Amino acid sequence: MTAYDLYLISPHLALAALALVVIVVDLFTRRTAWLVGVSFVGLAAPAALSALQVAEISGSGSGGLAAEGSVVLYTLSIDRFSLFFNFLILAATGLVVLVSHDYVQRMPRLQGEFFALMLLSATGMMLLVAASELITIYIALELTTLPLAAMAAFLPNGRSGEAGMKFLIIGAVSSAVMLYGMALIYGFTGSTRLDEIAIALAGAPSSGFVPFGGLAVLLAVSLLLVGFGFKMSAAPFQMWVPDVYEGAPTPMVAFLSVASKAAAFALVMRVFYIGFESLEGDWWILLAGLAALSMTIGNLVAIAQRNIKRLFGYSTIAHAGYILVGVAAVATTSGGADSFGPSSVLFYLAAYTAANLTAFFAIVCIGNRIESDEIADYGGMIRRSPFLAIALAFALIALIGVPPTSIFIAKIYIFAAAINTGESLMTWLVIIAVVNSVVSAYYYLRIIKVMFLQPAINSQRVGASWPVNVALGIAALSMLWLGVAPGTLLAAAERAVTVLAGGS
Amino acid sequence: MFNEFNGLLTVTVFLPAVAALLLAVGILRGDRAIRWFAVLVTAGDLVLSVLVFALFQRGGERFQLLDRFTWIDTGTVQASYFLGVDGLSAPLVMLTGLLGLCAVFASFHVGSRVKEYFIWLLVLQTAVMGVFTALDFLLFFLFWELELVPMYMLISTWGSGRREYSAMKFLIFTILGSAFMLVAIVAVFVSSGVGSFDMTLLLEPGTALDAGRAALPMGALFWLFFVAFAVKLPTWPVHTWLPDAHTDAPTAGSVMLAGVMLKMGGYGLLRVNAGMFPEQLQTYALPVVILGVISVLYGAVVTLRQTDLKRLIAYSSVSHMGLVLIGIGSVAVVGGVLTDAGLVGAAMQLFTHGTITGLLFVAVGIVYEKTHTRNIMELGGLANRMPIVAVAFLLAGAASLGLPSLSGFVSELLVFFGGFRAFPALTILAVLGIILAAGYILWMIQRTFFGPRPARWDSLTDATLVDAIPVALLAISIVAVGVYPVWLTDVFRDGLEPIVNGYNAGLAGMTR
Repeated sequence: MTAYDLYLISPHLALAALALVVIVVDLFTRRTAWLVGVSFVGLAAPAALSALQVAEISGSGSGGLAAEGSVVLYTLSIDRFSLFFNFLILAATGLVVLVSHDYVQRMPRLQGEFFALMLLSATGMMLLVAASELITIYIALELTTLPLAAMAAFLPNGRSGEAGMKFLIIGAVSSAVMLYGMALIYGFTGSTRLDEIAIALAGAPSSGFVPFGGLAVLLAVSLLLVGFGFKMSAAPFQMWVPDVYEGAPTPMVAFLSVASKAAAFALVMRVFYIGFESLEGDWWILLAGLAALSMTIGNLVAIAQRNIKRLFGYSTIAHAGYILVGVAAVATTSGGADSFGPSSVLFYLAAYTAANLTAFFAIVCIGNRIESDEIADYGGMIRRSPFLAIALAFALIALIGVPPTSIFIAKIYIFAAAINTGESLMTWLVIIAVVNSVVSAYYYLRIIKVMFLQPAINSQRVGASWPVNVALGIAALSMLWLGVAPGTLLAAAERAVTVLAGGS
Repeated sequence: MFNEFNGLLTVTVFLPAVAALLLAVGILRGDRAIRWFAVLVTAGDLVLSVLVFALFQRGGERFQLLDRFTWIDTGTVQASYFLGVDGLSAPLVMLTGLLGLCAVFASFHVGSRVKEYFIWLLVLQTAVMGVFTALDFLLFFLFWELELVPMYMLISTWGSGRREYSAMKFLIFTILGSAFMLVAIVAVFVSSGVGSFDMTLLLEPGTALDAGRAALPMGALFWLFFVAFAVKLPTWPVHTWLPDAHTDAPTAGSVMLAGVMLKMGGYGLLRVNAGMFPEQLQTYALPVVILGVISVLYGAVVTLRQTDLKRLIAYSSVSHMGLVLIGIGSVAVVGGVLTDAGLVGAAMQLFTHGTITGLLFVAVGIVYEKTHTRNIMELGGLANRMPIVAVAFLLAGAASLGLPSLSGFVSELLVFFGGFRAFPALTILAVLGIILAAGYILWMIQRTFFGPRPARWDSLTDATLVDAIPVALLAISIVAVGVYPVWLTDVFRDGLEPIVNGYNAGLAGMTR
């Protein structure tokens, strides 16, 4: 390992160091403001280092990072793709740190640990988006998941404990299954590196009658998908989602629903597009099936929910389905050059991050004050807190995918990619997706209806401290900005996915 | 960045939204001030929209008064902010301006949450104006969906009866329709050789989209668009949201809904289905016309059975909008030259139905405000207590059943001229709908305004001055179009000429 390698992974090192600093700070002060301040300001270091690396890749910097990125010890690929996700993860982490300011008062003795674990989990995510080797992927996944499981159990009540336990056990089971799939891949190809796996699979003898050309590969890919499906919260690996969303601390759920999801999709794209590139004619059908299942299950079950956090649990399953449409859309039969499936996924993830964080931040503020997450208790929120109610309403409208919001542009982009594949199956998938969007309108709008039309339980104002309001404001503004002027980010997403095209 | 910018359309479209924003940040306090502010804004918007109509030059460029600059440009996705009017949309923009002002006047009696009410009403006007002027598919869809939120709020908050149910039903139907449109828009966009959301490109015959390059079969695209517009029009069998929404909406909501929002469906059919898919329209003209005839007859028969004034007018709208489909289906003329009668008739029907139904709903609103009932059975003999309202009803009713020298006659006649050349038997069937219309209109007027008057209506008063303003505006427009329709038909003819010429070129090619 050279000094240059150290520089390449410096964003990750900086973030891990920050987590340790936060624990030390926690020894000397009991003031939440200090913990939030150190965590938030400290995030500038990994962000600045990532920005430096982006500048080098773009050619405006002085260093030597090549346009296709650099690989550290055959395990981590630092390229436009991983850097795009670095920013997404760091932005989400920073905003969630700010928003936790009020919420962590509920766990007075564990505040430092809460922030430190969140930063460690973010480190795991940043490793995950860069990982290009199976063992590293596994370690990064565990580093992402274990802190989250601990955080889920932080609240001193039974539901939170149940959420943490469920997340841990189901997470462990799915990683074990995934590990088995990795072992099979290694046994079949003789390598754990994605680029070598791609070469081995492309040259492997295949039986045309078996999907993926061989039963071992079929089994391995399916087992891997179990593990990834858990992280993406895609059906049929979604059982844990509603319970964890309902019981866990709300800021952690916000973090889980955007950052963890984004990292999981980045992982899926890297593994499937690079490692299993030669098999894309087979796996896109698998992903399309997961997409249809996730959208339909998520949206249908969400209708019946009364608890807003549980409802968002099902909503996130549905959105995993929409995003999977974009992931599946890469496998064009007409050639990859004009496929914008990958970039549409990146844009969707960014748009979803902005919208979902806005929604969750409003839920954190409201839930903190009224001490309830029941939708019925949101009555008359427009009078009790116009700012929160309008922000939440905009986020919900965005989640439906109605213009002029960010997710509308993202959906257009994903659907265009899907139809562009020329597969009639993908066209049907798009039709399933738009019908699902209509279904989702019903339950999202019901929340708006309660907030705007139903009478308030009492006239007590609902507000929050200024860091929380700032975080909510930033999230809401970026949501609106992505809807009105999506050009910059779309272009960045298109540049980021160039490293995925054309194999390793 | 600006390719072209005249500014007039941008101002016309966004003036109400900006005013709504000003209201939202609280520049005005007091219900009275807010009401007159809304009047001022919509009156200004009416002047602007008349200006748009007046400045539109017949025989000039196809699209005029363009406002255009790049919105999204990443290499693979290009979309622009692109507004413009042609002969088809210019009169509809004016109609929106006219009905917007009438809707504000019809809302003076709204007493609760006045500020929010006018904010939503103004946003609604911007959305509808935007639909008629947008020439970029992404922008078109944006305005199309934007209109849902204010309408949902207007019905569910200020409506009556089962308002929340009706509002949700309206919303789900429309979103379902537009979901299909979204698929179609995306499919058109990714079709090779298009790669842009520019509607003017697609409207040029033979340049952009043909069966060989479309991402989905052209027939599928045609029907995906058709479903979205048919829900909005509304056409049997997807009309069921309309009676509920109309009945439970506040008066201004009904005026905007019947007056301009149904026209978005007809406009879409003419602009997209007739303009971009001429061959498919010719192929599928028969099912389209059959749907139209069913709507006309079914709507008329159901109307006969209604006892609620608003529900009655709502079902009559289903019947009258069926005529639009017959007019559009007239393109399937066999042998000979296609005249523009059918298409112009369909477009005229959009305009005249907007003013006629607008007037009917304004009048019903006044009656309901005074009597607090819309049940025809409880009313009677109101004519000599409310002469202005009675005259308004008579005039609008007569126009609705197609009395010569009033506007409805012109459009219906044109539709039948056009339709008869293509589908004689079906058109004759549809004419029966007009006879039924005479039945339900006269029956309604007779039961409501004439005959014995129940004693409790003895102290009713007539429309106030504020109530009478929209009545006068709409009545003038109905007579003006009826007596001298050429000022309007010529503009529509100008807008539809390229489509008709395209057909005639094709027809000539086929006979050769």
